[in-house]
Amino acid sequence: MIPIPAFLVLAGILFGIGAVGFLVRRNVLVALMSIELMLNAINLTFVAFNRSFPNQHTGQVISFFVIAIAAAEAAVGLAIVLSFFRLRKTVRSDSADLLKN
Amino acid sequence: MAQADLLERIYFGLCAVLAVAGAIGTVAFPNPIRGALSLLFSIVAIAGLYLQLHAPFLAAIQLIVYAGAVVVLFLFVIMLIGPDAIPPKDSRALVARVTGGIAGTAISLLVIMVLSRKTFPRIAPIQAAYGSVESIGELLFTDYLVPFEVSSFLLMVAIVGAVAVARGKQPDPQLTKKPDADVAPAAEERGAS
Repeated sequence: MIPIPAFLVLAGILFGIGAVGFLVRRNVLVALMSIELMLNAINLTFVAFNRSFPNQHTGQVISFFVIAIAAAEAAVGLAIVLSFFRLRKTVRSDSADLLKN
Repeated sequence: MAQADLLERIYFGLCAVLAVAGAIGTVAFPNPIRGALSLLFSIVAIAGLYLQLHAPFLAAIQLIVYAGAVVVLFLFVIMLIGPDAIPPKDSRALVARVTGGIAGTAISLLVIMVLSRKTFPRIAPIQAAYGSVESIGELLFTDYLVPFEVSSFLLMVAIVGAVAVARGKQPDPQLTKKPDADVAPAAEERGAS
């Protein structure tokens, strides 16, 4: 049997990679993918915790909802990226500075 | 029994290595197409971990929604954007990026430290119905009916919003005029030749 903390630590590592990627990369597409990575890591913790309390399914159901919301978020986020790209002809998040002055 | 345990460990190790490698690739590849394919690897590996945690329904949903829809959507958008999806290197905001990297690493180390505490409950024995489609479906349509319906409404709003945002502001006259404008010169050329 694999102990639950192994899954949790793995989820923490995945979340950390996603968080660092989101903060360091300036490509909007990569930032969105990093968000997906973090959401996946959180889902993994929900499912792993649920494995410790197998008389209910709350964690798995919450994971289900997170997946649904993440799909909606990806669709809207990519639509915004496309719109942003039409405006500035680049996907660098530094170029989103129309409100700066 | 010992052999089954060893197999389980090998399976977990394989999925974990694949998930972490895919995550690093997602973040590190300069080309977002490679990033999206690395994300696919990571997602498939996490689906494998769901299977190991007795969540076959979630593993299937993960493969259908993430691998089948979200990654494909990412690839569509990257290919729609074309070569500009790899912006040229420039060192603006380098301080902010380095600070962000350090802060992110610190926070994630903290998260890993908290998650690796030994006080978390151990694996408990399970019933046969745990994680099955029947039990989760029953829960979704009884206890979680309202969130389920609200999320369906939210998905619909997201679809409409995504179409509205991605379509951009095109004036209606242009939309209706354009076919005529395209047809007319072609007709003239044909007449001239």
